[in-house]
Amino acid sequence: MNLTLHIWRQKNSQDSGKFVTYQAKDVLEDMSFLEMMDVLNEELIAKGQEPVAFDHDCREGICGSCSLYINGRAHGPKQGITACQLHMRSFKDGDTIYIEPWRARAFPVIKDLIVDRTAFDRITRAGGYISARIGSAQDANAILIDHDTAESAMDAAACIGCGACVAACKNASAMLFVSAKISHLSQLPQGKPEREARALGMIAQMDKEGFGACTNTGACEAECPKEIKITHIARLNREYLRASVK
Amino acid sequence: MKLDAKIPAGNLADKWTEHKVHLKLVNPANKRKYHIIVVGTGLAGASASASLGELGYNVSTFCFQDSGRRAHSIAAQGGINAAKNYQNDGDSIFRLFYDTVKGGDFRAREGNVHRLAELSVNIIDQSVALGVPFAREYGGYLDNRSFGGAQVSRTFYARGQTGQQLLLGAYSAMSRQAALGTVKMYERYEMLDLVVIDGIARGIVTRNMITGKIESFTADAVVLATGGYGNVYYLSTNAKGSNATAIWRAHKKGALFANPCFVQIHPTCIPVSGDHQSKLTLMSESLRNDGRVWVPKQKGDTRKPEDVPEEERDYFLERKYPSFGNLVPRDVASRNSKMVCDEGRGVGKSKQAVYLDFRDSIKRLGKAKIEERYGNLFQMYEQITDENPYITPMRIYPAIHYTMGGLWVDYDLMSNVPGLFVLGEANFSDHGANRLGASALMQGLADGYFVIPNTMGGYLGSGGIEKVTIEHPAFKDAEAKVKQQISQLLSINGKHSVDHYHKALGKIMWDRVGMARDAEGLNKAIADIKALREDFWKNVKVLGSGEELNQSLEKAGRVIDFLELGELLAKDALHRNESCGGHFRAEYQTEENEARRDDENFSYAAAWEYTGENNEPVMHKEQLTFENIQLASRSYK
Ligand SMILES: Cc1cc2nc3c(=O)[nH]c(=O)nc-3n(C[C@H](O)[C@H](O)[C@H](O)COP(=O)(O)OP(=O)(O)OC[C@H]3O[C@@H](n4cnc5c(N)ncnc54)[C@H](O)[C@@H]3O)c2cc1C
Ligand code: FES
Repeated sequence: MNLTLHIWRQKNSQDSGKFVTYQAKDVLEDMSFLEMMDVLNEELIAKGQEPVAFDHDCREGICGSCSLYINGRAHGPKQGITACQLHMRSFKDGDTIYIEPWRARAFPVIKDLIVDRTAFDRITRAGGYISARIGSAQDANAILIDHDTAESAMDAAACIGCGACVAACKNASAMLFVSAKISHLSQLPQGKPEREARALGMIAQMDKEGFGACTNTGACEAECPKEIKITHIARLNREYLRASVK
Repeated sequence: MKLDAKIPAGNLADKWTEHKVHLKLVNPANKRKYHIIVVGTGLAGASASASLGELGYNVSTFCFQDSGRRAHSIAAQGGINAAKNYQNDGDSIFRLFYDTVKGGDFRAREGNVHRLAELSVNIIDQSVALGVPFAREYGGYLDNRSFGGAQVSRTFYARGQTGQQLLLGAYSAMSRQAALGTVKMYERYEMLDLVVIDGIARGIVTRNMITGKIESFTADAVVLATGGYGNVYYLSTNAKGSNATAIWRAHKKGALFANPCFVQIHPTCIPVSGDHQSKLTLMSESLRNDGRVWVPKQKGDTRKPEDVPEEERDYFLERKYPSFGNLVPRDVASRNSKMVCDEGRGVGKSKQAVYLDFRDSIKRLGKAKIEERYGNLFQMYEQITDENPYITPMRIYPAIHYTMGGLWVDYDLMSNVPGLFVLGEANFSDHGANRLGASALMQGLADGYFVIPNTMGGYLGSGGIEKVTIEHPAFKDAEAKVKQQISQLLSINGKHSVDHYHKALGKIMWDRVGMARDAEGLNKAIADIKALREDFWKNVKVLGSGEELNQSLEKAGRVIDFLELGELLAKDALHRNESCGGHFRAEYQTEENEARRDDENFSYAAAWEYTGENNEPVMHKEQLTFENIQLASRSYK
């Protein structure tokens, strides 16, 4: 198939950036979206033009590196997958595709399609952990955790920290990301002792980073490649309230 | 050079305990005066940073991704072994030790492996304490599954995302230290050289991947936890960014590289679909718990799999290895898949695939059960191939997956360069010639959580490390060389992209240094790699500048290291005139096409010394001794 691509090109964080149009020829259905980009980049290099920079690593939907906003949707048209898992059979001959970086004040563009997401690391440092000194742990079966609680914590822990939730939200809110971590840890018995400090710390850092407020539009849930549920945000709100009144 | 592994004397089961008692200590107030560099934030690097930071050392941690949490360890699917014997099925520390040494085809050290088995139980405890949501039974107890090469169920798992959850646990512990100020994080930084002064590792030179700035960092000790070198084959299950630059450049500064030819080829990966293929996706080994591997009995059978009647199917693993069946170790499964494809019985468009069929287990257990166990893997498969594995059997083929070789280290995980420690997949220590499934996660965390916090004290506590600054000529010299290489890469402006060279190297490696090797092919590979390397330096085209984010430049640096490492790998394979584990030399096989090991002549680790460009590397032998296990031919029949 042949495609018209409009790709965001921006030299660095100071540059204002613009869309540049490319023709992708003979794209195969079996290619992944990023392989289509690889082929385009090889052609650009052959012509002496700088290839398009984009973040990627695992290319199997788990590291959270890839971060493409494709035709107005974080990670593209398909539900429940990342851009690196998207295959070209989701497109058809003659399609026009817009490819942009995540857009959010807290995620400044570094180059082309690459943004700075270190705000997420700083939020984690503000309480997204359990203080369990290495070497001090008791036997793993000493505290039983019922099957459903473990599964529910795992649902939240599945977050890959890609930032699609922020990119999808009109307020650029990071509530889904933060709530996934809080929900994961506060459901487990091991995570309960620090739950207040965790909720207060992570929320304060989130605000400091310049993420927007949550107005419950649900766009984050709809675009999350791991299908993390918005109900975690409700749990976060309860945790935060609980911590604030203490 | 005399290689001393410094394995403590005494009973196997007491070595580690005894050794710890005798290691030197650093007093708490002095710890923060020591600066330790950790390169890597995978399981090994993140756990090391967390544990060293907790002890009070002043730690700086580097990774090339934008966040420590994205290290390649995140992609591990299936699980982590531990000798907990929660299943009451006869497991023990000794059995895990035995399985690992046997699985490694008797090419690993007894002392290290026993320590690994001992520490395995603490890893599960520590991870649960950090909030890792391992799978649980309805009673609230931890659940287990089985992996290849073992007849007990000792693998702990968190759905198909065990690596992710273990890494997030270690990353959160590291983040806590970062918040406390004991660990300073450097993301999007690439280490480009090791600095050695008076024979001791004293720091690194890095490139800031956003600004291009070349910087030096001094340290009292350097820890490399930079992962494996599987991407020397271009196509592998590793993340695209995984590379050998840190260990290769340390090798060129004096660290010995051990057993580079011990590379693991994983039997169950999604086959290549075309020239555009950029990486290969693993289908976890856990699938072999319920999937049956087969090909048609007839050559060139083009029927759909569902049309091939039962009596015309060859379940070749079950047929040849009745006691382990589909759960034979990876090297055995891979080689047998290749054999049936070479016979012309491969399936799918390319004929380079075998079936992994869930029909019978779906019949036996129901679709819902299979979905609960492997749902995310089935989805991943369908996403890539557009086929539904609940109806049509999966097509799978072996792919490069893991590297057992790596920098040589002693029992303390220190290389032959004092002050340079190497952890995780980057070292060579525990898996011999073949790694068993679910043992890499175990090793990475054992090294980082429990070994290095002890042995680091032993090194620093012995004293004698003088202060240095980045003004030292050794730093200036290393910086100048790094800058010179970058400007050379940018100035060639030839005809071919970096990927062109990487793919060409990958093809040589896979065809001649892959699943079956022979002297003729290896000699040819060595010559071809040399020629390709020369061509690279004449004709590579790297656009852009060094003072900005430049992904082609990053790749170019890594590929040139692969072009050197590939040659050493082939040389190591050529010198090892035996077949063992992942290293299969066609000349050395039994009449039944099984690997023929040669314990008399090759029961050693081959540690190679770099002697300069275009000079032949020099091999040093570390003889392996087996006092607790009887060397036996490895049978899974
Ligand atoms: C798809 C897949 C599935 C797997 N599943 C399992 C499993 O189920 N069970 C199991 O036990 N094992 C599994 N493995 C193997 C296991 O995941 C790896 O061996 C292990 O995670 C390696 O961890 P590590 O900490 O040594 O290195 P890595 O996780 O590879 O981390 C390397 C780190 O080093 C950094 N780095 C590298 N070079 C540089 C440089 N020059 N400068 C700065 N930073 C650098 C990187 O940024 C990264 O942080 C799997 C592997 C793959 C590929
Ligand atoms: S590249 Fe890892 S999630 Fe897409």
